Amino acid sequence: MRAIRFFTPLLVVIVALGLWEALVYVWQTPAFVLPPPSAIGQALYDDFSSLLYSAWITLRISLLAFVLAAAGGVSLAVLFSQSRMVEMALFPLAVVMQVTPIVAIAPLIVIWVGVDHPDRALLLMAWIAAFFPVLSNMTIGLRAADHGLLDLYRLYGASRFQVLTQVRMPSALPYLLSALKISGGLALIGTVVAEFVAGSGAAMGLAWRIMESGNRLQISKMFAALLLLSALGIGIFFCLSALEHLLLRRWHESQLSREH
Amino acid sequence: MQTEPAPLLTISGLSKQFPGGIAALENVNLRIVRGEFVALLGPSGCGKSSLLRIAVGLTPPTTGRLEWAIPQAPGNIGVVFQEPTLMPWASVRKNVEAPLRITGVAASERRERAMAMLARVGLENFADAYPRTLSGGMKMRVAIARALVTRPPVLLLDEPFAALDEITRQQLNDDLLHICNANQLTVLFVTHSAAEAVYLSSRLLIMGAHPGTIIHEMVIDAPPVRQEAFRHSVQMASYCAEVSAALRTGSLQGALT
Repeated sequence: MRAIRFFTPLLVVIVALGLWEALVYVWQTPAFVLPPPSAIGQALYDDFSSLLYSAWITLRISLLAFVLAAAGGVSLAVLFSQSRMVEMALFPLAVVMQVTPIVAIAPLIVIWVGVDHPDRALLLMAWIAAFFPVLSNMTIGLRAADHGLLDLYRLYGASRFQVLTQVRMPSALPYLLSALKISGGLALIGTVVAEFVAGSGAAMGLAWRIMESGNRLQISKMFAALLLLSALGIGIFFCLSALEHLLLRRWHESQLSREH
Repeated sequence: MQTEPAPLLTISGLSKQFPGGIAALENVNLRIVRGEFVALLGPSGCGKSSLLRIAVGLTPPTTGRLEWAIPQAPGNIGVVFQEPTLMPWASVRKNVEAPLRITGVAASERRERAMAMLARVGLENFADAYPRTLSGGMKMRVAIARALVTRPPVLLLDEPFAALDEITRQQLNDDLLHICNANQLTVLFVTHSAAEAVYLSSRLLIMGAHPGTIIHEMVIDAPPVRQEAFRHSVQMASYCAEVSAALRTGSLQGALT
């Protein structure tokens, strides 16, 4: 069963790539419109070190933005759980920040922060993109704690801190982990969008490679950069799914098989 | 065996109104004496759960007096709710340890006392299991172990076995009687099952609804640890008949007023 689950999609990919290669060859499609997979592989091989370096730059900013978004989202949600007033005052602002398209505020951020420190502008934009799901889910998770358990803790005279760490936080964990999976992807998207807006020069991430290759009509290299970008996305998602499984597998319904 | 009956809990003239003016409880008077097993029986919605929540201090009464003859220290009153309310992320042992953890008992002593309590409810082999893997009856046993781990002199239970099947329920009733008797616990047991109330209690209070108040009191004259035969005895049947009659009068009064 495991083998089938693994090999079926692999087979589909191989067949699709073969078909792609064959059609490009038969139709004589120009390489600047659609290069064959073999050319893309060649481009990936030729420019591997520069592409890998760009991938590292993009990954570094995405990860940093992700970690800061997770830390900020969790901290603010904890603050919200302690004071309804703070939540009422700040949550709408967070929503405004979320619903305003990141591309639209990007030029402003580039002017404010990006002139001297382009890295910081990228980081800020990626952070804004990744922040809200953590805040929103964590806020709900902290509030979703079992009322019976909260009563029980009150009966034994538990402090607010004990209630937070022993009841609310563990209750919120499944919510947080599912938010992290979304935020991980959003941090990468935010970084790429920011790189596009920030434009050439200072930031040499994968998005910049894509633009550069486009300008030079090096479509094979463009595909190679795209390939690395999706590899990053898949890698981030895979790591966060593994973390989720690790932390929830023993007790949460989402991680339990129903076969027994 | 208690030497002299001293009231452990005194409730007098207690009323509870919820926002919107709905009277849940009106002029409730009761006394619970050390060592008693008191069952509080009534139809759903009569406010018996509210009364229990007020007694443990989770909800304040609107008017009236509530007096415990034991210090109101954390862990001095054990409570079992309708649901097991276990922490799904923690093992059975950690769940039982929770009250001790809150009150700051050292880890090694916590563990020891939790294991001893689990052995008492017959779950010593499930200490490392997670609540999800347990049956409903076993979860309730964990909840009882947790309520007793602080060694409270009083145990309050709010329809704890309502969701269990009849066989499990009878088993748990017998086990509960055993544990309460061995530890000389004073118990207030809220239920809507007449048979359960009669089988368990040494004294039975019947509540009527609209407004919720105590309408009838019975003393059950049977040995503290009941035998299986008691379940099918004539004595049991006549007690149950008395309960039914009282409940019927209560609902009639409720309908008339």
